Amino acid sequence: MKPAVMAIRPLRIAIVGAGPSGFFAAAELLKRHASVSVDMLDRLPVMGGLARFGVSPDHAARRRIIRRYRYLCAASGRFNFIGNVEAGHDISHAQLLENYHAVVYACGCASDQKLGIAGEDLPGSHSATDFVGWYNGHPDFCSRRFDFSTDRAVVIGNGNVALDVARILLMGEARLRHTDIARHALAALATSRIREVVLLGRRGPAEASFTTPELLELAELDDMDIALDGCRVDEDIPASDGSAAGFARRLKLQIFREYVDRPAGGRPKRLVFKFLSSPQAILGNDRVEGLRLVRNMLESGADGMAKAVPTGEVSTLEAGLVLRAVGYRGRPIPGLPFDKQRGTLPNVDGRVVIDAESRIPVPWTYVVGWQKRGPSGVIGTNKYCAQRTVANLLDDLAAADLARLPAMKRLRGMR
Amino acid sequence: MSHVITGNCVNCGTCTEVCPVDSIHPSPDEADFNRADMLYIDPRACLDCGACAPACPVDAIMRENRLPLKLQRYREINARFSRERCA
Repeated sequence: MKPAVMAIRPLRIAIVGAGPSGFFAAAELLKRHASVSVDMLDRLPVMGGLARFGVSPDHAARRRIIRRYRYLCAASGRFNFIGNVEAGHDISHAQLLENYHAVVYACGCASDQKLGIAGEDLPGSHSATDFVGWYNGHPDFCSRRFDFSTDRAVVIGNGNVALDVARILLMGEARLRHTDIARHALAALATSRIREVVLLGRRGPAEASFTTPELLELAELDDMDIALDGCRVDEDIPASDGSAAGFARRLKLQIFREYVDRPAGGRPKRLVFKFLSSPQAILGNDRVEGLRLVRNMLESGADGMAKAVPTGEVSTLEAGLVLRAVGYRGRPIPGLPFDKQRGTLPNVDGRVVIDAESRIPVPWTYVVGWQKRGPSGVIGTNKYCAQRTVANLLDDLAAADLARLPAMKRLRGMR
Repeated sequence: MSHVITGNCVNCGTCTEVCPVDSIHPSPDEADFNRADMLYIDPRACLDCGACAPACPVDAIMRENRLPLKLQRYREINARFSRERCA
């Protein structure tokens, strides 16, 4: 450890956002530096971020990640949580910099991506973000209303969120009752008449981005048929290339094949994976009545990834509820730059900059997690992302003349 | 006998830090770590020492003979990943 940093006790760091990446950053800071103290701020009065309000209520074990890190941070004796404080509103970025040596943003991606098609705002068409927030009891979404009086719901997207949402819609009250689902959501879903959920994927089963465990656990819903539409899985499964992604892709195709081969019929509910289709419009007069879909074919893109290309073959699908789960997007924070295209806080390896072109740094301001990289990866991906940011932050502090930091004037006065 | 990682895995990699024989892959320093659905234990390398199970923050790791019925399949998945990776 460099003596320049050791000389200042304590080194005060603010982390904005109490989700997984905020906690990964906090744990790393507290571990790497004995004189660091961390204040973690969150807009909500409770910790957890997406691990609490995003992770599905039937995935109780996965939510435990926050409990472990909360204990780890608290055990340091140098960790505080300050809830109900929104950075950029209740406290400005400038105020934070006056009170802390450095500020780490870990606000994730709180908004959803839009489809940009006609009818998207019709009653009965919602973002999965709102629906997930609603069934997880997020205070922003508790007063939302969803209409489950339809036979068929359509979920647009092929990620884990899309699969979570489809599963929650089909699980049935008896199973949901044993989960951590919000009471109001349980009561509303108990009256659901949805018998079929169609998951729309613009590409094929091999390109679907949900993970194998999510696909495997569908087998537990034994009152539900699983069908594939728009593609076949009986062609040869590609040979192993030894990579983790290749293994997951092959396993996914094998699981799909097992689902399709199950004797069908007799089960009251149905989950349909409709691949190679994109929504062109959401149809309906005063509320959602269906979707217009176009069939895609796959072409090899410039980057080697399979690309969906519309064929012009159009069809309609009746549905009374449409949920779009096509990705998250970050929100701008007042007083800080914002990358409009990527929905992130512009940064160079975790150091916040004014914009990606000029790379002019915003002093003592850092970013981790989805707000840094955009919405990708699973919970653990954020750990190594946070560790890199923290390493840069500690390097900067070690190299700096700490007496000249903006926070020092104020902090000296506080002693 | 070996330990098995199940579907709750969130890829935090904590288990790879405590495994004494480096039997858990992909580890955070391997190129495909960020693209893995979950991590897997190589049953041929695993000593069954049990260090990983309490280290896992989401209780995703279990001893092979303790796997509940609905997670049985992960025994084969862990083994198959490890076999194909070395092939």
